[in-house]
Amino acid sequence: MKILFALITVLILSLAAFTGVEYLHMEYVFGIVIPYAAFIIFIAGFTAKIFYWAKSPVPFNITTTAGQQKSLKWIKSDHFENPSGSFGVIGRMFMEIFFFRSLFRNTKAGLVKSSKSESFKPGYASDKSLWLGGLMFHWSFLYILIRHLRFFLYPIPSAIVTLEKFDSMFQIGLPIFYLTDAILLLSVTFLFLRRVFIPQVKYISLIADFIPLFLILAIAFSGIMMRYVSRVDVIGVKELVMSLTSFSPALPEKVSSVFYVHFFLVSSLFMYFPFSKLMHMGGVFFSPTRNMTGDSRRIRHVNPWNYSVKVHSYEEYEDEFREAMKGAGLPLDKE
Amino acid sequence: MFKMYSKIKVFTGVFIFLALATFPFWNKVFIVSKTNYEMPDANIKPALAFARENGFSGCIEDRAFMRAKHMKLLNHWRNEVVRENKKTYINSKGEHFNKSLTGTCLKCHSNKEEFCDSCHTSAGVKPYCFDCHITGIQNTNQLNSKAEAIHEIK
Repeated sequence: MKILFALITVLILSLAAFTGVEYLHMEYVFGIVIPYAAFIIFIAGFTAKIFYWAKSPVPFNITTTAGQQKSLKWIKSDHFENPSGSFGVIGRMFMEIFFFRSLFRNTKAGLVKSSKSESFKPGYASDKSLWLGGLMFHWSFLYILIRHLRFFLYPIPSAIVTLEKFDSMFQIGLPIFYLTDAILLLSVTFLFLRRVFIPQVKYISLIADFIPLFLILAIAFSGIMMRYVSRVDVIGVKELVMSLTSFSPALPEKVSSVFYVHFFLVSSLFMYFPFSKLMHMGGVFFSPTRNMTGDSRRIRHVNPWNYSVKVHSYEEYEDEFREAMKGAGLPLDKE
Repeated sequence: MFKMYSKIKVFTGVFIFLALATFPFWNKVFIVSKTNYEMPDANIKPALAFARENGFSGCIEDRAFMRAKHMKLLNHWRNEVVRENKKTYINSKGEHFNKSLTGTCLKCHSNKEEFCDSCHTSAGVKPYCFDCHITGIQNTNQLNSKAEAIHEIK
């Protein structure tokens, strides 16, 4: 049901763009108005969300530690598993953001056959498939995003040409098949099937988990259709994009509706971004379990929302009741 | 009014995000202000002498088709000629053409800078057609140097 709802949502979006351009000739809306709106929503929404998160206090030091904390000189400590300073924190964040290090330790529970007897025992086994699928998906998506800069820049930097050349190194067909296209499709399909076939994962999956998957799949599919099958006038596309980025929007002569479907789905993804789980792009920097230093034994973490408590120390107490205490014969610190 | 934590780090992060996200808009102003993007000239006319001499009405297919799909067609031609020895292309008007980039296409579209490079450069495409198909050779010196270059590669 959840899957069907997400699928239908994405299909409606695609059909809306297709009919809008093919039959109602609303190129102006799908080519200029919506992309601009999407970009503004993305920028403003993203920034607002970051500032909103920055207002949340962190009450406790909740660093996840999986290694020896820095203590005595002769005890070897683990910089990344239990960072004792900003070097360790930056290193750990870097490896988390670029290599999804914590997913590398993903495990799955199940019946494991013991080596000695024929019996099965419940236990945990390493499961790196999510790590690998996620890594392949994110890196190929980034690669594709950077590759698309050829539509946004002129002259095209040689770095982008090199990236493109590397991506098409097997020279399969013409236009040459991009390897990242295949990697992206395979990994997104895997990430989707994972949510369908693993019962526990299926149980916790929401509509909001399926919508981005289908949206990205539809974007990839429309892009691949456009490049390899139905073809569009690439120069027309570049003309439109360059006119948008120079704030003098102008529609090109005739660009196939498939392009507008692709463009509208990308716009939808950008509009959806700040309000969805996709914000983990910014949110990963706000994970207290990763971005805090494991120094709770050396430095006191003061809860920022503590209000100032009015204290009355024993010294002050003695000063206040000195005469009375003296009279009663009670011992005093100061005479 | 709420307090904001780690202000310096948050503002730095947001600044980097905004700078990257708006890159397509500001790069023209700060990096390549001198070269404005110009559309490849769509009105360049091919020299039709070759087509007329051979009794063709014009290009093998119409303009929209050629613009979008010429690479698919050329790839298809190459495979058919090299692997299946099918050397004649019959277009939608029933005209017969010799499947050859140098021998047919480039006879009319003789200026590579105008007909090939202008769009390819604009779209960031570097086709490997011209690694072998020699074009735009004005004199024998150029031909010799190109031939030598190819020989060295081999």
